[in-house]
Amino acid sequence: MISDATRARINELFERYPDRRSAMIPLLLLLQEERGWLSPETMREAGEVLDLPPVRIYEVATFYTMLRTRPCGKYLLQVCRNLSCSLVGGEGVLRHIEKRLGIHDGQTTPDGCFTLMTVECLGSCGTGPVVQVNGDYHENLDVAKLDKLLDSLT
Amino acid sequence: MEERVLTRNIGRPGSETLKAYRDSGGYTALSRALKEMSPEDVAERVTRSGLRGRGGAGFPTGKKWSFIPKGTGKQIYLCVNADESEPGTFKDRLLIEKDPHMVVEGTALAAYAIGCRRAYIYIRGEFVHGARVLEGALREARAAGFLGRDVLGSGVDIEIHVHRGAGAYICGEETALIESLEGKRGHPRLKPPFPAVVGLYGCPTVVNNVETLACVPHIIERGPEWFASLGPPNNGGTKLFSVSGHVSRPGVYEVRMGTPLRALLDEQCGGVAGGRRLKAVIPGGSSVPVLTADDIDVALDFESVAAKGSMLGSGGVIVMDERTCMVKAGAVVARFYAHESCGQCTPCREGTPWMERVLWRIERGEGQSGDLELLLSMCVNIFGRCLCPLGDAAAMPVRSYIQRFRDEFEYHIRERRCLAAGGFS
Ligand SMILES: Cc1cc2nc3c(=O)[nH]c(=O)nc-3n(C[C@H](O)[C@H](O)[C@H](O)COP(=O)(O)O)c2cc1C
Ligand code: SF4
Ligand code: FES
Repeated sequence: MISDATRARINELFERYPDRRSAMIPLLLLLQEERGWLSPETMREAGEVLDLPPVRIYEVATFYTMLRTRPCGKYLLQVCRNLSCSLVGGEGVLRHIEKRLGIHDGQTTPDGCFTLMTVECLGSCGTGPVVQVNGDYHENLDVAKLDKLLDSLT
Repeated sequence: MEERVLTRNIGRPGSETLKAYRDSGGYTALSRALKEMSPEDVAERVTRSGLRGRGGAGFPTGKKWSFIPKGTGKQIYLCVNADESEPGTFKDRLLIEKDPHMVVEGTALAAYAIGCRRAYIYIRGEFVHGARVLEGALREARAAGFLGRDVLGSGVDIEIHVHRGAGAYICGEETALIESLEGKRGHPRLKPPFPAVVGLYGCPTVVNNVETLACVPHIIERGPEWFASLGPPNNGGTKLFSVSGHVSRPGVYEVRMGTPLRALLDEQCGGVAGGRRLKAVIPGGSSVPVLTADDIDVALDFESVAAKGSMLGSGGVIVMDERTCMVKAGAVVARFYAHESCGQCTPCREGTPWMERVLWRIERGEGQSGDLELLLSMCVNIFGRCLCPLGDAAAMPVRSYIQRFRDEFEYHIRERRCLAAGGFS
């Protein structure tokens, strides 16, 4: 069920565009923020709100890497593996996370705390290696900083 | 060399606020333009300034605006490209987070010049903080009367909205951006028709990069001649360079167009990190051909970089020192394009992952004789045969790595190991 508060935010979104379909991505981001991921049920509801068949929602949800059609851990760790980060230690950062959490790209820890994802350039190449944790960027990482960061997340 | 125009407020506390922006003379260009200039005057000044698009292609901005057909009775749209997803590029993020009002004022001026009443800033979804800062700036600007209905009593309406993307490099391409903004997958459209004629919602549309529009208030304020004089002919202004990789002081640097790459690297960025020797530099984001250490006396303007067989692109400068394995660099870059291909065209959809596989195979020491010819023929089969430039953007760098570092690729295949070591950690 979409709450009244969410509905109000959705209506605000609709006002921005001459065509309500344009609210697709902002709407899906909003629902994902509230529910953690886009379940088939959520996509059906989004379709109702946008007055579109569910397949239109599904094809968008599967196209964009930030939209998740599977459940995700409490903390999503997105590790940049593009060139600039790789040149300054990005691979070591990824290896360390894999070792410490015992998971690989796309996996979630059994306790549901962390999901690990490798991503392409986050637009923060001058302060690499970079890991995005949920919405926040953590930059200039090394193993010590990474351990401190992971310790702070539970 | 260093010339702080776009970055003049950056580093000051509270630089993202309306107050700070106004204290430095912000929004005077918009007020003046609305009072004293016709839309055509604004566009004409931008044309004379020699401003060229900072999103990658370097298309003259005033000329792009002039393609908007007059008198069609349709709405006209402006999309600000804040997708910033070209690997190695992080300059627009700086402007957005630290001086969002400059972006807003530039957008409002461009909207006025082309007759647009509603503009969208398409910002990549990962920039959660940047989107918040922009929303805040828009609220402040609306409250102060710089946006909305009847801006500053001029009778002109200008509204600007932030629109967040959700992770797809291809949405930086202008027609994919438009599709995405319409709520669809980011599949590039066949051109023509160009967005200037059939763009957002089928209406005439201009797509401009953040940095391009950030130049506009300065052009209006200080004059097109001043702006043009900052760089070589047809390369007006300063340019932001995002410098990353093996360099002592990575970061965003603003220099005059035409500054030598060597001066940027040595004088501004403190040279190669650890005093090592330079091996290669990508001057304009990962889509452009790589330069060798011998090429770095090149002047950083569109024509000079092209004359060296590369492109100024987005100004994303990626520095690689002597230890860097160019096979691996090529494989990492190819992986990116394989990942980001939207899948509409066969050469790009099939070719980019194949290129990636062959490069990793060579990198692992499992390369076969004939692999380089195979890779080069793939580049030929992708280049120029796709719907959008992503295919070219994948082929060009790979070809350049092989052409310029062929010995290294051959050594890898022959000896089944790497000549270099330690560049990646
Ligand atoms: C695959 C691809 C990705 C692109 N990504 C971006 C981008 O992230 N930001 C950007 O401003 N332009 C990007 N562009 C260029 C845009 O298509 C367009 O040319 C640009 O936004 C025009 O603005 P300008 O004339 O102000 O440079 C990209 C182009 C391609 C082909
Ligand atoms: S070249 Fe690649 S990214 Fe561009 S439209 Fe074709 S398949 Fe999509
Ligand atoms: S390469 Fe990692 S943020 Fe750009």
